[in-house]
Amino acid sequence: MQDWPLFEVFIRSKNGLSHKHVGSLHAADAHMAMQNARDVYTRRNEGVSIWVVEARHITASDPEDKDALFEPASDKIYRHPTFYDLPDALKHM
Amino acid sequence: MQEFTRQSILILADNLMILGQRLGEWCGHGPILEQDIALTNIALDLIGEARNYYQYLAETEGKHEDDYPMLRDAREFKNVLLTEQPNGHWGDTIARQFLFDCFHFHLLEHMVASSDQRISAIAKKSVKEAAYHLSFSGDWVIRLGDGTEDSHQKIQRSVNKFWPYWMEMFTPTEAEQHAIQEGILPDLNKVYEAASSKLESVLAEATLIKPEGQHSRKGGKEGFHSEHLGYILAEMQYLQKSYPGASW
Repeated sequence: MQDWPLFEVFIRSKNGLSHKHVGSLHAADAHMAMQNARDVYTRRNEGVSIWVVEARHITASDPEDKDALFEPASDKIYRHPTFYDLPDALKHM
Repeated sequence: MQEFTRQSILILADNLMILGQRLGEWCGHGPILEQDIALTNIALDLIGEARNYYQYLAETEGKHEDDYPMLRDAREFKNVLLTEQPNGHWGDTIARQFLFDCFHFHLLEHMVASSDQRISAIAKKSVKEAAYHLSFSGDWVIRLGDGTEDSHQKIQRSVNKFWPYWMEMFTPTEAEQHAIQEGILPDLNKVYEAASSKLESVLAEATLIKPEGQHSRKGGKEGFHSEHLGYILAEMQYLQKSYPGASW
């Protein structure tokens, strides 16, 4: 059980529109990871849907690259949708 | 409430209470954190289900639900012998759980149609939990059986070890027979057929051999228990016996 891979767990809550990362766990395979996620992360009625993904399949950005990746966006406030009126029909923005 | 109904309900409730207590012993000792939580979740499910039955009895008898688990002696407990057997190793606990879940899930599935509305409602509520328990324990039987040479041998031995306790669950006592006639309990033969077919399909997938032999240990449902129950009750009832009426 020492060599069980790490899985990342994402839960969609009752009112949520998207899955949110809630934590990680160990399991022998995806099927067990799903059961474990149910037992570890939805005990208090937190979710209506679970995603599990083996952590090694996630490609993460390097914290070292933080400035190059994100700094350029910080002074471009015109990219925020606050400069025009949203039509009423548009939900979830 | 008729005495045969009362006896039949005690069997249902005590099975869940004692097995829940047994599984609770794993808390903090599971082979891995996630499985530790899984087993204690099941323990809490079972104890919660037991409470539903105790509450039903308490309401009709003017007692408190805690009186049943906390103030009765071993002889008055009606759980099947399987549920009081020690946890052993992980495979033992899984095998014991799987045999019980095969029985319990299919019992509930049929008991939804009980002529007693309260029991029908409890069954309806519990059957979803039992379905998960059965899928959990069944998956583990398959994992271990179809796993390594070592795990295969160990889980086969565990299944063999608990096999003598299998039939007690499906063999009605006089009280249960009466309850079946009245439609309060489902026909245990039908439950047996459904449970057996599930058991066989899981054992086959796990590459395990279904034990042979009709030899069966029973008596629990009549209050005749193995030595183990006394120790469970000693621990479970310690507080109420030392400090009667204690609450928080």
